[in-house]
Amino acid sequence: MSYTTDHVEVHVCMGTAGVASGGQEVMDALDAEFTKRGLKNAESKERNCAAKQTGCRGLCARDVLIDVYIPGKDPITYEHVSAEMVPTIVEEHIVGGNIVEKWAAKADYFQFYDKQKRYVLADCGRVDPESLEDYIKLGGYEAIKKALTMTPEQVIDEVKKAGLRGRGGGGFPTGLKWTFCRNSPGDHKYLICNADEGDPGAFMDRSIIEGNPHAVIEGMLIAGYAIGCDEGYIYCRAEYPLAIVRVIKAIKDAEAAGILGDKVLGTNFHFKLKLKEGAGAFVCGEETALIASIEGERGMPRPRPPFPAVKGLWEKPSNVNNVETLANLPSIILKGGEWYAGIGTEKSKGTKIFALSGKVKSTGLVEVPMGITVRELIFDVGGGIPKKRKFKAVQLGGPSGGCLTPDHLETPIDYDSLIAAGAMMGSGGVVVMDETNCMVNVAQFFLTFTQRESCGKCIPCRIGTKTMLDILNRITTGQGREEDIELLLELGNDIKTASLCGLGQTAPNPVLTTVKYFRHEYEAHIRDKKCPARECAELIEFVVVDDRCKKCGICKKACPVDAITWEKGTVAYIDREKCVKCRECIVNCPFNAID
Amino acid sequence: MATEVKETESAGKEIDFTACDEICEKYKDWKGATIPVLQQVQDAYGYLFSEIVERIADNLNMSAHQIYGVITFYAQFYTQPRGKYIIRVCRGTACHVQGSGRISEIVNEEFGIRNGETSADLKFTLEEVSCIGACGMAPVIMINNKTYGNLKPEDARKIFREYAQLQG
Repeated sequence: MSYTTDHVEVHVCMGTAGVASGGQEVMDALDAEFTKRGLKNAESKERNCAAKQTGCRGLCARDVLIDVYIPGKDPITYEHVSAEMVPTIVEEHIVGGNIVEKWAAKADYFQFYDKQKRYVLADCGRVDPESLEDYIKLGGYEAIKKALTMTPEQVIDEVKKAGLRGRGGGGFPTGLKWTFCRNSPGDHKYLICNADEGDPGAFMDRSIIEGNPHAVIEGMLIAGYAIGCDEGYIYCRAEYPLAIVRVIKAIKDAEAAGILGDKVLGTNFHFKLKLKEGAGAFVCGEETALIASIEGERGMPRPRPPFPAVKGLWEKPSNVNNVETLANLPSIILKGGEWYAGIGTEKSKGTKIFALSGKVKSTGLVEVPMGITVRELIFDVGGGIPKKRKFKAVQLGGPSGGCLTPDHLETPIDYDSLIAAGAMMGSGGVVVMDETNCMVNVAQFFLTFTQRESCGKCIPCRIGTKTMLDILNRITTGQGREEDIELLLELGNDIKTASLCGLGQTAPNPVLTTVKYFRHEYEAHIRDKKCPARECAELIEFVVVDDRCKKCGICKKACPVDAITWEKGTVAYIDREKCVKCRECIVNCPFNAID
Repeated sequence: MATEVKETESAGKEIDFTACDEICEKYKDWKGATIPVLQQVQDAYGYLFSEIVERIADNLNMSAHQIYGVITFYAQFYTQPRGKYIIRVCRGTACHVQGSGRISEIVNEEFGIRNGETSADLKFTLEEVSCIGACGMAPVIMINNKTYGNLKPEDARKIFREYAQLQG
C-alpha cells in the first residue's frame, strides 16, 4: 500500500458488509470523538483528523475494518471494530501513539492478501466512492485523458495486446468484440455496462461499483471512445441499492466536471451515460435479454445472430461489457497492453476477482492472477475450512458452473482449464463446501434457482429444467428410482444442446458435474434412502448414536423445540414426536453423533 | 387473504392518481420508460393494483395487457399489498450452504407466511431472494433496508420478535 496523507485519516469500510456490520456507527463515533477532542483543526497537522468512508477491501468476514493512516507511519488495520472501541483507538493510538495491539489485524489477516494481486480492486478500500475529487487525487481519469490522445484503433490494439477476455463468464476476447461493433455501420452506437450480477454467490461487480464507481465510468469512456459510441447505459440489478446510489452520484459529479456529456474533457468525443435499474430477473444478465429490458419489455433473450454488435439496443449497433471487464481498462491504457499480458497464463491474461464464500475461513472478495491453483485460492488465500472439517467440493461459476473435488485442487484457475475440468469461470463465484454439505442437495438448490429464473420462452429450458427438478426433489425425499440418474444425464445433455440462451445451455451443469464426481451420493439417496452428509431432512432418522455421543449436551442447548433429553454424564435422547427436523442438533454436534 | 384486503381498500375509496400522472408525464418522451415508471409508481402507491395499471397504460398509450406482461415477468413488481416490513431471506448459494433455508422456516413459524406471502395484519412480507451479494457474511437477511449477517437461526427469531413488538 502506497497511500499517503498529510493528516490523520481513518478509512472505514462502508461496503454492503461494512454497513451491515455497523460501519456507519463507527464513522459517527470517530467523528464525534474527533470533535470532542478538538481533533478537527485544519490548521494543525497533528490535530487534523478525519474519518473517510471507503469501499470493500475484501475480507468481509472481519468487518467492520478500519485503517488508521498517520503521516510518516505505516497504516494500521483494526478488525471487528465497533463504535464502543473507537474512543480507545483514538485515545491510545491516534493521540497516544501506541497501537492497540489486541484489536489490530495480525498475520492471519495479511495472509489473505499475500497471494493476491490487486489492480482492479487497488483503490477499493482507499478511495471515497462518493468523491470525484478523491478519485482524481489517486490518479483517476488519467487513463481516459491518455486514450483521447490515441486513435480509437490504437486503443483497441492495446486491449487486444493485453489479451483481456470478458469477465462476465463467457471469456470472449474484449478487443475483438469491440472491433465487431466499431466496424458495424451506423452513426449512433450504444455501450452497455452489464451490472446485472445475478449469480448467487458472486458479488465482485457490486463491490467494484460500491467501492470505486468512477473506475467503471472511466472504463466505459475508454470503451465508448474506442468503439465509437456516444451513449451508454449501466444496467444494475435492483437488489444493489447502495451501488445504485453511488453510481448515480458518480455520474452526476462526472457530468458537472465535464467528464461525461458533450465534449468529454474538452475534446470532440461526446458520451452520455444513464443508469437503468433492473427489476429482478436473472435472465437479464444475458445480453439480448438485458437489451430487451432496457427497451422496457419482458427481459427475454432472442436468438443470435444478429448479434448486438449489428442490431442491439433499439436496433442500433451495441456493445455489452461486464463491470469487471470495464474496470480493467484504465490500468491497461495507463500501463500498456504488454504489461497486462505479462500477468496470468498463456490464454488467460491479467487478474480475476473471485467472491470466496461458503465453508472457508476468510470469506470475501479476492483478486488473484489467472493461473493460481484451486488449492492456493481456498487454502492460502481463504485460510482453509473452518471447524476442522474436511474440504469436500468447490462450486465455481454459479448456477452455470460445476463442482470440483479434492482431486482438482491443483487445477490452475483459467478459462480453459476450468472448462476442461467440468466447471467454468463464470462471473467468479467460489462457494466452498465441507463434508456436511450434500451434493444432491446442492444440485437441487441450483436447479431450483435456474428453473425459477427460466424465462419460459424455449421448451427445453422451461419444461426440461422442471422435469429435472422433479426428479431431484424425489431423490432428496427418499422417493428416488433406480433409473433416475440415467434420466438426469439424458435430460441434462438434451437441455444443453437445445436451449436458446446461456441460461438453459448451462443450467444442467451443476447436476451433471455432481453426478460425475459424487455419483455414490446419488446412489445412497436412491438405494439406501440415506443422505451421507445428513443434510436432506427427510432421510435423516434423528437418532443419537451411543458410541459417538460424548455426552456433552450441546445438542440439548441447540434444540429450539426442547425435543432432546440429556443430563450430565448421559447419552442424549431425541424425542421424535417433538422433533421438527430442523437439524440444529446435527449442525451443532461436534462429534457427528446424530444419524 | 391478501386479495380481500385489496378489494375492500380500493372499493370504497377514491383513488388519487396525481402522483401516477406526474411520474408518467416525466417519462413521456423517454424510450423504454415502462420499467422506471412502474418502479416509481409502485414506490408511490405500495403496489400495482388494477386501477393504477389501467391508468399507466392510458398515460403511456399502451394496452394494460402489455403492462401486465412486464409486471409479471419481473420479480420486483407486486400486484398484491405488501407488509410494512419486508423480510428478505437470501437464498444465494453461500447462504444456502450456511443454512438459510432454516431461517425462512422460522419466519413461517413466527408469522405463518411463506415465500411471497404477507401476514394478515399487513405487517410482514417474506421474500426469498436469490442473492443479496453479501456472501461474506452468510447467512444474510434484510428487513426493509437493514442488513443482518452471520445469523444463527435462533438469533434471527429474536430479531423477528423485536420487529413484531414494534407499533403499527
